[in-house]
Amino acid sequence: MEQEQYKNLEQQITPPTPYMKNALIAFFVGGIICTIGHAITYFYIIFFDFTEKTVGNPTVSTMIFLSMLLTGFGLYKKLGQFAGAGSAVPVTGFGNAVISAAIEHRTEGVVLGIGGNIFKLAGSVILFGVASAFFVALIKLILVTIGVVQW
Amino acid sequence: MIFIDFLLAFVIGGFICLIGQLIMDFGKLTPGHTLSILVVAGAILSGLGLYQPLIDLAGAGATIPITSFGHSLTQGAIAEAQKHGWVGVLTGMFEVTSSGISAAIVFGFIAAFIFKPKGKAN
Amino acid sequence: MVIEFKSKPSILANGAVAGPLEKKSVFYSYFDSIVEDERWNEKTNEQGHSTMILDACDIVMKKANIKNLDVDFFLSGDLVNQMTPSNFAARELAISFIGLFSACATSVSSVIIASLLTELGASQLAIAGAASQHNAIEKQFRYPNYYGAKKPATAQWTVTAAGYALVGKHNPEYPSIVAATVGKVVDYGDTNPFHMGGAMAPAAYDTIVAHLKKRNQKFQDYDLIMTGDLGKIGLKILKAMFAQAGVTPEELQLLRDAGAEFYGEDQAFQAGASGAGCSAAVYFSYIIQQLKSGRFKRVLLCATGALLSPLSFQQGESIPCTAHAIELTME
Repeated sequence: MEQEQYKNLEQQITPPTPYMKNALIAFFVGGIICTIGHAITYFYIIFFDFTEKTVGNPTVSTMIFLSMLLTGFGLYKKLGQFAGAGSAVPVTGFGNAVISAAIEHRTEGVVLGIGGNIFKLAGSVILFGVASAFFVALIKLILVTIGVVQW
Repeated sequence: MIFIDFLLAFVIGGFICLIGQLIMDFGKLTPGHTLSILVVAGAILSGLGLYQPLIDLAGAGATIPITSFGHSLTQGAIAEAQKHGWVGVLTGMFEVTSSGISAAIVFGFIAAFIFKPKGKAN
Repeated sequence: MVIEFKSKPSILANGAVAGPLEKKSVFYSYFDSIVEDERWNEKTNEQGHSTMILDACDIVMKKANIKNLDVDFFLSGDLVNQMTPSNFAARELAISFIGLFSACATSVSSVIIASLLTELGASQLAIAGAASQHNAIEKQFRYPNYYGAKKPATAQWTVTAAGYALVGKHNPEYPSIVAATVGKVVDYGDTNPFHMGGAMAPAAYDTIVAHLKKRNQKFQDYDLIMTGDLGKIGLKILKAMFAQAGVTPEELQLLRDAGAEFYGEDQAFQAGASGAGCSAAVYFSYIIQQLKSGRFKRVLLCATGALLSPLSFQQGESIPCTAHAIELTME
């Protein structure tokens, strides 16, 4: 059988990706996680002296703490299998990537294991976050300098 | 009123995740690729001045998705660039360490000593 | 390449052990023991992997009433980097050892080498087999175990299991290895590591066709042709390939897959089981027992292996696959 023929056969038999279902599940689970985050935001504004501007940090930290518990008890993995991007895109998913790698590589020691692998999955997010922020700011500075835009 | 506020957080947050899922499925990409794309998208939207209005509108609906990570880094760099010019672009990066990264590192480090990985099927 | 064994080496004893999750397996009752701790009471998954191999080998030796000094060769493989679990198990066993890597086809490739050594007269008794431990293999090939990523319907679940066989001189009371096919490496350009069944099916097809042709046999000459770990979707693809080649639906019922059946219809395992221990544990428990009881007279075991590494996948290489087959008979 030729490669082309085989590819056709394989494609016929392999179940198609349920785009619609995946997207809807991601929407609902992602939405719920953000809603929980929103509730935490209110909690910090009402019960502590945080403002709308400063409440981001404690909210994110709390979400990642919750992510640690769910990751450690193996529940975030199950959520991820169900929700896909719905649980990967919120900051809890970033936490899960970092925390699961740290747990996984504990056996190789604190320095080489945890230290060397903690950003195995999340490293690319940090790289692209920092690098794109740098270039965006640079471009903006150039545009302001030559007078195309205002700050 | 508060209901609308929460609904906006739900819808906007869910919508960003939905876009992430579409990128993953149609692009046949790994979660790592997808999240990197979203972070870059967040930085660009931030540079265009479009992400802050989204946060004002949706609150945690826009700050919880990973796109906000690109936004906060960009805002830090831009704020410093405004103050110090060329040097500021770089120092701005150091100014804003994301709370997400710090929290993930601390909790990840703690978790590594508490938990052991197990193979549970769903 | 098809090998016909004149001396017909026999499988004199067999042992299969599995982890706690494998209680869900339809083959559960055939396994010799289930260990409640997936790390076999060791500190790390990799050490547990090694102890699991030792455990299975101990069962084999106990059944045959022999000690490690009575065994001439130990042939084993697994999927961890440089096969340390097998190497470390061999250190404890202190038997002349050759480590083998045919990915998940190692269960059969090890038995082929053992049969050759027996036929040559170099070996009186050899232990051959393969193993896989879920956590250690996931860590090696995919994501950390607790990372939440959505696996597609084509993904398979690496089993925690080990299966080993004691290969010795011909004995009519035991299943005998009459022929074997060493598979070629086949690559149809598949790149999706979450669709191994699709990548491996052509290799299984190639090997089965080569074996039947050389041996001048048809599907009906067998009571069962069982592939290793194509999974539910991979098995469907393989059946479609044979159907296109003119094999009838009745004949195709003889074709089964250990990975597709391993966890039954449990949806949590998606397309079924995989891993070097999957085919090894099924072949060296269920299949051998069915042969011994006389339910099967002649079977073809065709274990499939995907020869990729995380590195080769990230560098954009496609997934080369192989399949090795042994023909077992019971007189």
